Amino acid sequence: MKRFIGFIKKEFYHIFRDKRSLFILFGMPIAQIMLFGFAITNEINNVDIAILDHSKDATTEEIIHKIAASKYFSIKQIIEKEADIEPIFKKGHVKAVLNFEKDFSKNLRKENKATIQIITDATDPNTANTISNFVNAILQKYQKELNKDITIAYQIVPETRMVYNPELKSVYMFVPGVMTIILMLVSAMMTSISITKEKELGTMEILLVSPLKPFQVIIGKVFPYIFLSIINAIVIVLLSIFIFKMPVQGSFLLLGLESVLFIISALALGILISTISATQQTAMMISLMGLMLPVILLSGFIFPITSMPLPLQIISNIIPAKWFIIIIKGIMLKGVGIEYVWKETLILLGMTVFFIALSVKKYKIRLE
Amino acid sequence: MKTILYIIQKEFKQIFRNKGMLPIIFVLPLLQLVILSNAATFEVKNIKFGYIDNDHTSTSRALIEKFNASTYFNVLTDFPSEALASSAMLKGDVDVLLQIPHYFERNLQKEKYNKLGVTLNAIDGAAAGVENVYVTQVVQRFNQHLKIELIQTSDQQIQPTIIETIPLFWYNKTLNYKTFMVPGILVLLVTMITLFLSGMNVVREKEIGTLEQINVTPIKKSQFIIGKLFPFWVIGMGLLTVGLTLAKVIFNVPMIGSLPLMYLYTSIYILVILGIGLFISNFTDTQQQAMFIAWFFTVIFILMSGLFTPIESMPKWAQVVTEFNPIKYFVEVMRMVMLKGSGFTDIFPQLMKTFFYALIMNGLAVWSYKKTN
Repeated sequence: MKRFIGFIKKEFYHIFRDKRSLFILFGMPIAQIMLFGFAITNEINNVDIAILDHSKDATTEEIIHKIAASKYFSIKQIIEKEADIEPIFKKGHVKAVLNFEKDFSKNLRKENKATIQIITDATDPNTANTISNFVNAILQKYQKELNKDITIAYQIVPETRMVYNPELKSVYMFVPGVMTIILMLVSAMMTSISITKEKELGTMEILLVSPLKPFQVIIGKVFPYIFLSIINAIVIVLLSIFIFKMPVQGSFLLLGLESVLFIISALALGILISTISATQQTAMMISLMGLMLPVILLSGFIFPITSMPLPLQIISNIIPAKWFIIIIKGIMLKGVGIEYVWKETLILLGMTVFFIALSVKKYKIRLE
Repeated sequence: MKTILYIIQKEFKQIFRNKGMLPIIFVLPLLQLVILSNAATFEVKNIKFGYIDNDHTSTSRALIEKFNASTYFNVLTDFPSEALASSAMLKGDVDVLLQIPHYFERNLQKEKYNKLGVTLNAIDGAAAGVENVYVTQVVQRFNQHLKIELIQTSDQQIQPTIIETIPLFWYNKTLNYKTFMVPGILVLLVTMITLFLSGMNVVREKEIGTLEQINVTPIKKSQFIIGKLFPFWVIGMGLLTVGLTLAKVIFNVPMIGSLPLMYLYTSIYILVILGIGLFISNFTDTQQQAMFIAWFFTVIFILMSGLFTPIESMPKWAQVVTEFNPIKYFVEVMRMVMLKGSGFTDIFPQLMKTFFYALIMNGLAVWSYKKTN
């Protein structure tokens, strides 16, 4: 036991001696969470649009004014003819063109109906669709003003209540996601590299002939990273509470325990990666190329899992990050206790045990 | 020239000797391109929907039927009580909850107006916004149906004024998400592979000690660097080629613009990434450090590239930061040329910025590489 503690001490020294890595390890999560909390949003604001007004009368002017006044759009250009649309789209200057028909006011007065084309650059389908919806919403409000003397009978009006995030802040979505990516990649990458490093430099042989048992060597190498990851997790949670005003409705203790579980599962995955790779380069490429995109795309961090095709929804189940995101959103935003997330917790636990068992099986005492 | 060729030969041999690396360089990224492009969609479908019907009349049932018929909502669950419904919401089994009040039908007939409770799980604010639009649409259609069913002769109506909107979706009429995402994800994969490989390369020789051996040879700095980077440039261009082919064959992504233009841009772009990689390599002592730094910048570059979330929605300072993000330009150019058919003059600004970026990064890389320690 004494020997083992000595070994862990040595590993800590190793890490703390390398000031540059340490700076990155702690600076990185802080920088990323700040950037994402403040900058990344999937709301649509300030979209640049152009106006093509064939009518140029009081009504179109009023509508254009209303659109310019909304926070969703800024009018970047006024164009004169249809032929101008293609070039500005190709240069990427605007995302949409509003095309008012000729004699707009007159048609509205005489036929009670006038037409606007909403031409969108739909290479980005989400933005195109949202622009269309927003323009429609603004026009509907305007129509209501025009029709305010007419009472419409038989109306059901939905009264919407947004729960868990009434202000629809996107930071509530991103903070748990960023926390997950950082813990996952830092833990998995660090462990896999630190073990393969010994292999590559030939020092693993020396460790293995020492009186320490192989599993002690592994645990000794992993232990400092558990410690570092826990500090990272604490920093991230504190930042999200104090800077982004993220609530932690549920229990801090549970949040802490779940984070430790997730960190251990990522570390176990890192050990598994190190057992199958001979060089640091391979280990890093597997943990970076193999984990980064799947974790970002299949965990529900940015894209809703329920909208994916069924095979991908099934694949998403083997991504530990998915379960952790469900758990921390539940604890932080919904304030649920273990009785609501026991299933997800068990799955994470099962994955961790599986990773460890597989690494033990694959771990070779003698190196080739 | 001959020296450079020898180094290039050596580097290629080193890359191809490592059998474990080859699948990671070529198979893993392309597999991800094929699989993950399907995951990246902001569409909101298969919404988990539940309701509490306190009225149990034909009107309330007709309203629920309208939701049932809509393609967006599925898994209709009937909750007998409020408590059960909110517990299901906490568990994440329901995201949209409709509450039909008592005497819904009676009040509607009497007052011609009624309210309806809708509760949305808004943790994903953007999705909740879309769900709200869908709910409103269904209810509006139901209102229309009510008018036809229940309208009485006393309800004389004046013709309301209508502004009709015609949405036209250019370049992607069916709003196909893959058309948008495949080029973007291809950009990421090309960037990640070239950055990680080049970022680790020189520092690896440093760590193992073979860099010293090279440093005592008469090789010039520039020869060494060109020799080091050229193979990765080839790998990047190769990945682009295979990726574009897959995009066409599997996803049928349109390629309206000029392919040579695409290659011209990419050939300069990869130089930027290689310059960054080499710079990182020179600045670090271990592969571990190099990878942390490369990873740090990659995550920031990816999330601030406009690939997944729109740049216009970012605050002004963040938009300024994105000006220094090479991935941003690549994503823009790729989508512009492939999907819209933008030509040389359209992408000229991006091309120039990338070109200067390449000059600066490689200049820094050559400058920071020292033959003596």
